Amino acid sequence: MSIRKFPVSRRHFLAGTAATAAAGITGFPAIVKAQRAPIKVGILHPVTGPLAPSGQQCRLGAKLAIDTINANGGIASMGGAKLEAIYADAQSKPDVGAAEVEKLNEAGVSAIIGPFASGIALATTQAAAKHGIPHVVDVGVVDQVVTRGLTNTFRFGPGLSKIVDSAISNLVALNTQAGKPAKTVMIVHEESAFGAGMAQTLNAKLPSMGFEVLETIAHANPTRDFNNIVLKIKGRNPDLLIPSNYYNEFVLLARTLRQQKVRPKAIYSILGGAASQYRFVQEFPDAAEFIMDCNHWFDPRNPVALELKKKVEAEKQFFSYEVFLNHECVRLLADAIERAASTDRAAINHALASSGWSNHFMPYGPTKFVNGQNEGAAPVNTQILNKDIKVIFPKDFANAKPVFPAPKA
Amino acid sequence: MRNLAAILIFTVVLLPLPLLVKSDFWITWLTLALFYAYLGQAWNLLGGYGGQFSFGHALFFGTGAYCTAVLQIHLGLNAWAGFALAAVAAGAVGAGTGWLVFRYGLRGSYFALVTLAFAEVFRILANTFAFTGAGVGLLVPLQPGIEQMQFASKAGFFWLLLVLVMLALLFTWRLENSRFGARLMAVRENEDAARALGVDPFSTKLTAIVASGAIAGSAGAIYVQLFLYIDPNIAFGPGMSVEALLVPIIGGLGTIFGPVLGAFALHAIAEIGRMTFGEAPGLNLVLYGLLLVAMVLFLPNGLFGLGKVSFGRNILRRLFKRGAHA
Amino acid sequence: MLEISILLPAILNGLTTGAIYALIALGLTLIYGVLHIINFAHGSLLMLALYGVFFLHAAFGIDPYLALPVAAVALFAVGYGLQRFVIGRASHGKDENILLVTLGLSVVIENLALYFWRSDTRTIETPYSFEVLDFGIAFISVPKVVAFIGALVVAGLLWLLMTRTDLGRAIRALAKERQGARLIGINVDHIFAMSFGIGCACLGVAACLLLPSFYVSPQVGHAFVLVAFTVVVLGGMGSFVGALIGGLIIGVTESLGGLFLGESLGQLGIFLIFIIVLLFRPTGLLGQRA
Repeated sequence: MSIRKFPVSRRHFLAGTAATAAAGITGFPAIVKAQRAPIKVGILHPVTGPLAPSGQQCRLGAKLAIDTINANGGIASMGGAKLEAIYADAQSKPDVGAAEVEKLNEAGVSAIIGPFASGIALATTQAAAKHGIPHVVDVGVVDQVVTRGLTNTFRFGPGLSKIVDSAISNLVALNTQAGKPAKTVMIVHEESAFGAGMAQTLNAKLPSMGFEVLETIAHANPTRDFNNIVLKIKGRNPDLLIPSNYYNEFVLLARTLRQQKVRPKAIYSILGGAASQYRFVQEFPDAAEFIMDCNHWFDPRNPVALELKKKVEAEKQFFSYEVFLNHECVRLLADAIERAASTDRAAINHALASSGWSNHFMPYGPTKFVNGQNEGAAPVNTQILNKDIKVIFPKDFANAKPVFPAPKA
Repeated sequence: MRNLAAILIFTVVLLPLPLLVKSDFWITWLTLALFYAYLGQAWNLLGGYGGQFSFGHALFFGTGAYCTAVLQIHLGLNAWAGFALAAVAAGAVGAGTGWLVFRYGLRGSYFALVTLAFAEVFRILANTFAFTGAGVGLLVPLQPGIEQMQFASKAGFFWLLLVLVMLALLFTWRLENSRFGARLMAVRENEDAARALGVDPFSTKLTAIVASGAIAGSAGAIYVQLFLYIDPNIAFGPGMSVEALLVPIIGGLGTIFGPVLGAFALHAIAEIGRMTFGEAPGLNLVLYGLLLVAMVLFLPNGLFGLGKVSFGRNILRRLFKRGAHA
Repeated sequence: MLEISILLPAILNGLTTGAIYALIALGLTLIYGVLHIINFAHGSLLMLALYGVFFLHAAFGIDPYLALPVAAVALFAVGYGLQRFVIGRASHGKDENILLVTLGLSVVIENLALYFWRSDTRTIETPYSFEVLDFGIAFISVPKVVAFIGALVVAGLLWLLMTRTDLGRAIRALAKERQGARLIGINVDHIFAMSFGIGCACLGVAACLLLPSFYVSPQVGHAFVLVAFTVVVLGGMGSFVGALIGGLIIGVTESLGGLFLGESLGQLGIFLIFIIVLLFRPTGLLGQRA
């Protein structure tokens, strides 16, 4: 919870909503009149605990977007009012996330963006719903985040079913294009919500698409050693390996595959923890080469995206999906506030629900929320080629041709 | 009698708070503090009064949580019934594990580690089976209303937890003055001596772990109703076990009000950390950890020990002792 | 599906992974055996050591294996200081206080790391990171073979230290009879701190041997702490040879459990062994009566 940028004393802050009223009376009337009051936005992520790596990237993306919007004159329809980020930490726990929503509510936020993880999103969206706070969900891919009929919840990115569906249909298309070299599949997934959910769907759908699933291996987080899993892969010799796990485990898996000289025709990950992370590509260029991923990604031809990428890299950070999804969530919200011309939560909810925002740099169609899910959102396929991450599918956004099957070493 | 009066005063003072405090944030804060006080009270029964330090109370918490979630989702059971059955199920798990570990006479750190291992076993199992939702976890449908133990206003959960904490306090108070309580504390002080006096340590400890487990299990059911979501890590991970033992140890082991004091103190510390260092991820928890260490350094008997030895005198004594050492 | 061509390599893998567990458990068993405390900060101290090794490599290009003496000495100093000035003073003769203090310390260390070094996972690439030795039945990566040998050497050195030196005799005396040791003039606080320091120095060594095949992040300690406790209990608290054998058994159990039950459920084997040993032989394989 940040109060650094907003110079009120803690006692004011503790007094909650009363503080706002008090500031109006006893504060600095001359200045307040000259400048529009800032619009408070809650930026809620797990910046400590096990999810901290992602949460911190998320916060960075949101911060950069807010800075840019403010530098460009703020919200025009409200006399150039600036956005003010109120940062909150869910500590990687749903209960802390929900409590932070209450705090953000007291601080008078007009909307909340976050909170990366599905488990936390389930708790925070619900808590925000009680106060009618618009809650833009950045990642939180589990389907139930938007299927509970909460009218304040808007997920900008695609949900799990959509991602798996796209991943499968893109895979079929890729395979057909290459003359159907891949027939057998092995799935290696982490055991928590997203990996397990993914494996369920894949097992249900792949057989009807002409793929035989040889084996599905779930592993714990953290898994300390991948040699056995790789041994099994070696023994089964599948054409295609589909991993779905977090960064650390993905890195260990890819490293072990290379050590044990196991090379399937393709590694086709879905929401791969590292397969579309520049850090992985930079640190393990050889292990990373040719790995494909179906994941959140930006439109590689969009100048705004490329400029942001430069800016992030100038801060010595990696341009990851957490960064750009949050960046775009802030812009989506800013667009809604612009149209609502109000800090009123209901008005912003309404503006989000009727959003047709298309100025984003994601490979999405125009924004259109149906039951809180952005129907325009879709994942894309990337492949690591020549130490860079390229989009290979769908064609409209592709900046490289897929290399499939991967060449023999 | 003084303790009974204190319990009543505590309840009466907190009761009208939702009507007086308009801030939902603070009501939520108080509700969570009461929740951890309740969980800590469960641990205190076994750890504080029985001297059996469990590192795996998540075992009971998680069993209760999954019990009510599974029954509501798969059988459409009412949440209040789920709450009751959660306590029963967790009590049964307490009986099973307690029978095993006490039969084989595990004490001290061995007992602590075996409870931790049981919790891990349950975490792995919950991660595996389909009816527990495996790694995905379980999502209880949103059905606002008192009949499903989902309250429309924040005050509902506050009052529910206040009542539960009050009952736990009364239970503990009765325990302190009961023959069973005397036996339990005798076992804590010296098992062999207790046996010589005709106390059966095995059945005494077994009763304590069943009661402790049942209360922790009902806490799990409350958690599910509060957040409508449970997954193996929240349920059986070490996080909840640690919360359960921190609260009473910080507050005062084997005291009626220890867990309540500890829960409020720990929550206040965590909140101070967040308010001070919100924008610097990590520093808030550094402060939390430092205060924890400082409390142990200066308040070896928990917060409740404050009442017995004045803070200043305690520090003076410690400084003097240190001087004598050097 | 279980052919010998999978079974044998799986056992080999288990042995090398188990050696890493043993390395981490060696320090823990010393601390446990002498001070009788459950050190919750063990994982955080391992994390600290891993970061130390990482930064020596990143900033000065020092190979992790060459960093070994530095890491061991540095961790010894950290451990000695912590026990002497924080943990020892906070105990007030109560086990629960030690528990709380080590818990608090682990929160502090972990989050300081998060604050200063961010939460990113970091890895290093050494010339030998991807080298493998061909054992005929399996490829085993070079860093793992080195770690295996390292575990044997460290266990041996610790055993020598405990049986052949005055310090070792003092530590053993203290472990057995605290009051008696004090009476014959052993500086109890100093020897306690030495034990804790040596236990931490083992972590320094473990970090050097682990990093080439693993990663470091502020949370990395959690991956090993529970397993290390299992190894300590299995081997017998305070027994180095026990810790070594325990580590190898746990490694193989995990490996075979993964093979037969799946990687996720296979973890069950570790904890079942843990529970069974605690119930039926709480002194562990080679432990003495506690």
